[in-house]
Amino acid sequence: MSGYLNPGLPAPVAARDGLDTAYWEGTRRHELWVQKCDDCGTHQWGPEWMCHNCRSFEVGWAQVAAEGVIYSWERPHHPVHPALAGQGPYLVVLVELPHADNLRMVGNLLGDPLQEVQIGAAVEVVYEDHPADPDRGISEPYTLVQWQVV
Amino acid sequence: MTDLTIRGKVAVAGVGESVYYKRAQSPEPEFKLVLRAILAACEDAGIDPSRIDGFCSYSNDRNLPARLANALGLPELRFSNMQWGSGGGGAAAAIGNASAAIVSGSAECVVAFRGLAQGQFGRFGAGPKRATISGQGAYTVPYGVMSPAQTYAMRSTRLFHDHGVDPSTLKAVSLAAYHHAQSNPRAVMQGRPLTSEGYDESRWIVEPFRLYDVCLENDGAAAVIVMAADAAKDVTDTPVYPLAIQQGGGHRSGASVHNQTDYTTSSFKTVVPHLYRQAEVGPEDVDVVQSYENFTGGVVMSLIEHGLCSYENANEMLTFENLIAPTGSMPLNTSGGNLAECYMHGLGLQIEAIRQIRGDSSNPVEGANVSLANAGPMVEVVSTAIFGSEEALG
Repeated sequence: MSGYLNPGLPAPVAARDGLDTAYWEGTRRHELWVQKCDDCGTHQWGPEWMCHNCRSFEVGWAQVAAEGVIYSWERPHHPVHPALAGQGPYLVVLVELPHADNLRMVGNLLGDPLQEVQIGAAVEVVYEDHPADPDRGISEPYTLVQWQVV
Repeated sequence: MTDLTIRGKVAVAGVGESVYYKRAQSPEPEFKLVLRAILAACEDAGIDPSRIDGFCSYSNDRNLPARLANALGLPELRFSNMQWGSGGGGAAAAIGNASAAIVSGSAECVVAFRGLAQGQFGRFGAGPKRATISGQGAYTVPYGVMSPAQTYAMRSTRLFHDHGVDPSTLKAVSLAAYHHAQSNPRAVMQGRPLTSEGYDESRWIVEPFRLYDVCLENDGAAAVIVMAADAAKDVTDTPVYPLAIQQGGGHRSGASVHNQTDYTTSSFKTVVPHLYRQAEVGPEDVDVVQSYENFTGGVVMSLIEHGLCSYENANEMLTFENLIAPTGSMPLNTSGGNLAECYMHGLGLQIEAIRQIRGDSSNPVEGANVSLANAGPMVEVVSTAIFGSEEALG
């Protein structure tokens, strides 16, 4: 599929220290994985080497339901990257996952970029696959986690 | 324990700036602008630059103390301090760190400074041009969330939703800044007044922020000289006393991907109680306010979290009429601030707060004895200074 945004933005790659490899591998399988503490069970996002709740280093990963509710939103108009020069306005949502300790994720809200956005609206994940593009220095395919209103 | 504060022990002896330029318009490199600001502050304080023995800055400023000391030919360098990261959130903290150095006896004459030449070194507001990204940016940049405005706009959306704060408050903040800039000869927007219609018709940068809700980007440098109170009184007739300067952030204010425990905050909620306690004043004592504008929505949150207005009365309090000097009930950003004087990463706002106590602001609030200037709303670590006159010390 083509992307919600124009091609040419930086492609995400897993951190070299291995902190978020499980997340990016999960997205390529069209699964949503986040950190979950092996000791106290707290979900954590973004990833860190320690559980912020119990300070355990035994922070594992758990697959969570790919759904949430809109916590906030914005509509960028001004392009701050050359790839977005002809983009026009687009929608960004901050999505809360009530079933995973209310952690939040950032993505785009698919559909009409001028649609009215309701905080609290239920949304679900749409996985957006991107191929490798060696000519641009992107050696691996990657998948973005986008959202649409249920 | 009450003795462990800076109150009454230190004073700002002098302030100075380079010429403020539009972004990329400086004919001189950043380091030279910093030297000009430091010399201007020394002249203002009436001291020879050789008295400087310490430097404090923030936001990973590129102009290293050792190079500055070398260029200025200082006899000795006793104190060097960097307030890490968090954008302009360290503007007040740098003066606080300078004050702490004085009180601890580590140094006797410390300069808090900031230099920015965005033409020489690039803009804050431009996205990364590389092919790939990893770490925290990997969760936002591919979704078109990469500039500071895009990073912080969603907090304002949520502010409106949670507390019924009206977007008209953002407009009032912007109009007041532009109004004040018209009488400030340092302001890059002097001669470019903004009307209500001009604001309404301006383009969206990222909803809910319009063009005039967003700070400028500029070239320039600024400096503040801090000395022991007695030493400052020996060199200047207008010492200004930092009553308290506090920095910090709340629980997980540094969480990545917008996962701060308290999202709809300017990050001042934990800072402010320490601040007023050390200063021995309350919000009702503050005569004039400088509130860092990265974005106007952050100003509104900051004013509320400093107790200068409330979620309930913000819509009534934050009007153009109330925010302008000298007639408004809460004169705000009386130099034009980051929106209309110069984006000096907030140090200009600190200097304006100092000038209000001295009485040499271009928009003076008559008889101001207590003046507040905060820095960096919504970033991980923020800071606020309260400055006072001799009378305020009591």
